[in-house]
Amino acid sequence: MTRQFSLGNFLASNGVVLALAGVILFGWLRYDNFLGLFNVMSVLRYNSMFALISLGMCFVIMTGGIDLSVGATAALASVVAAQASPYGAGAGLAAGVLAGSAVGVANGLIITRLKIMPFITTLATMLAASGLALLLAGNQTIPVSYKTAFTWLGQGNLWGLPVPALIAAVAYLAGAVVLNLTSSGRTVLAVGDNEDATRLMGLPADRVLFGVYLACGGLAGLAGVVLAAQFGAGQPIEGKGWELFAIAAVVVGGTLLTGGSGSVMATLAGVLLLGVLFTILNFENGKGWISLSAYWQSVIRGVFLLAVVVLQARLADPARHPTNADGT
Amino acid sequence: MSDRGLMAFLGRHGTLAALIVLIALNILITKNFLTLQTLNVNLTQVCTIVIVAVGMTLVIATGGIDLSVGSLMAIAGALAPMIFLGTLFGIETVWFAVTVAVIVALCATTLFGAFNGWLIARFNIQPIVATLVLFIAGRGIAQVMTNGNLQVFKVPEFQIIGLGRVFGIPVQAILMVIIVIAAAWVLRRTVFGRQLLAIGGNDRAAVLAGVPVARVKIAVYAISGFLAGIAGLIVIAINSASDANLVGLGIELDAIAAVAVGGTLLSGGRATVWGTLVGALTIQIVRYTLLANGVPDAAAMVVKAAIIIVAVWLQQRGKRA
Repeated sequence: MTRQFSLGNFLASNGVVLALAGVILFGWLRYDNFLGLFNVMSVLRYNSMFALISLGMCFVIMTGGIDLSVGATAALASVVAAQASPYGAGAGLAAGVLAGSAVGVANGLIITRLKIMPFITTLATMLAASGLALLLAGNQTIPVSYKTAFTWLGQGNLWGLPVPALIAAVAYLAGAVVLNLTSSGRTVLAVGDNEDATRLMGLPADRVLFGVYLACGGLAGLAGVVLAAQFGAGQPIEGKGWELFAIAAVVVGGTLLTGGSGSVMATLAGVLLLGVLFTILNFENGKGWISLSAYWQSVIRGVFLLAVVVLQARLADPARHPTNADGT
Repeated sequence: MSDRGLMAFLGRHGTLAALIVLIALNILITKNFLTLQTLNVNLTQVCTIVIVAVGMTLVIATGGIDLSVGSLMAIAGALAPMIFLGTLFGIETVWFAVTVAVIVALCATTLFGAFNGWLIARFNIQPIVATLVLFIAGRGIAQVMTNGNLQVFKVPEFQIIGLGRVFGIPVQAILMVIIVIAAAWVLRRTVFGRQLLAIGGNDRAAVLAGVPVARVKIAVYAISGFLAGIAGLIVIAINSASDANLVGLGIELDAIAAVAVGGTLLSGGRATVWGTLVGALTIQIVRYTLLANGVPDAAAMVVKAAIIIVAVWLQQRGKRA
């Protein structure tokens, strides 16, 4: 069956890239230095943490699950990484990723063994991770060691690019390869599409689910390491609401929350889109025409998310909405 | 066999049993537990969670979820003081100003709730995504309205709902009980209640059976918004101040936890308002027990996490047995 070209389908699958291009074009035309080296680098550096957690979230959502614990996990990992930072950059990195992975293991075990819904499981582990972070840190922020190279992980440059952005780029490449070129990646989508059928086909559904939550925890841990390195401290109360930002980025990227389909690179575009919108707001304030407080950023993000989901709902499923004339 | 019977019993009544055991334990180990003050402290802390969780129970009964409740609390909390303090427009008599403030704030959150329901019913957007919009934008709206500033006030006529007492019982606790009874009645005894459960059980079948699915969904999210508005007003009345950055922050997860521990199915189709009340009280008493006996709040969070998992696990075992 050949698929006819339809504007609706095209927009639905490439909308986020087009929107990102449009927003960047708008910024480039309107503001001086919008595509200046400094601005581009700081956008990439700051958004790399969100990119990392959104990547893990993307995989979890493709299995039809959700992970609410990523923000608290990142906070826990930032504390652990900061405490390990005097032993070197490698030790800090490993400690943070291990702490995140530990939360991922807990999620994976509870979901696959006890068969408790991901929403409830990760809600509980979010509380636990948050509590552990506060206990370990003694309700304070933990300064990182500046004697070792640890802060390089967040503040350094390599080949002229921010290190955290490079870390995120490597993670996304690996994610895309795993999803598209390995059998585990295809099983992720199969589980999200129909978990029972996947089991009946003899695919290792539980192992893949476990792996996905483990990876999501590990990536959240990595985001926590970057957080600690970038801001010079492990922050037990940071990360609140990150999980919902990550979900928003995944949704803006066009991945459906019902699971079974999705794109790693579109998620990256979703993260960048939400990040660039914030930058536009700053530049607009800089022009002096209007003065929008930082509080507007969440309103604008919300409105943007609204536009995306309404468009998605109308474009992706025209049969349900007969008013949509250009549906095939 | 008896082991299975025990699991089934724990699954059905475990949370209530746990609550009773906890109270008995506290009478033995916690000093001054059986005092009116202890009761009032716990009721004050738990009642906003219960009020929000009642709305959440009804939403979850339809198979949905409402992440926007905390942000809607912030909107109600930001809007009401702007009116009764005369920031927006001057009103002469205090009572009239307070009445207008309460009505406007509750209408606003009810409309926002209805908007959630409209997105879900009209566009078939998943509830978690649809309410995520107002979760993000709603607090921003409250912050923009107040420019992020703290609104401090001392208006006894308004603060009755947070600081008033009737026969020594806090007014908000009485409000909470009324809301729980009303919602339990609606869910059990009214057509609307049965329609909620029908939609949660099987959306398509409900449509075919002639249930006005779209209207019921819009109504249930509107109710959730309305209850969130009440909770927001209570919080600012207790604090004598409204901080748009903090009012209702994170309450959606507390409410969902109470609903889950209380025995409502998160996939919809089966719900219990009384269970939600028991769930919220259990979580509260556990926290109080730990704090009153010198355990830090952070450790209490870890314990709370364990309770949520164990409670839901027992319920699932109970159903299968």
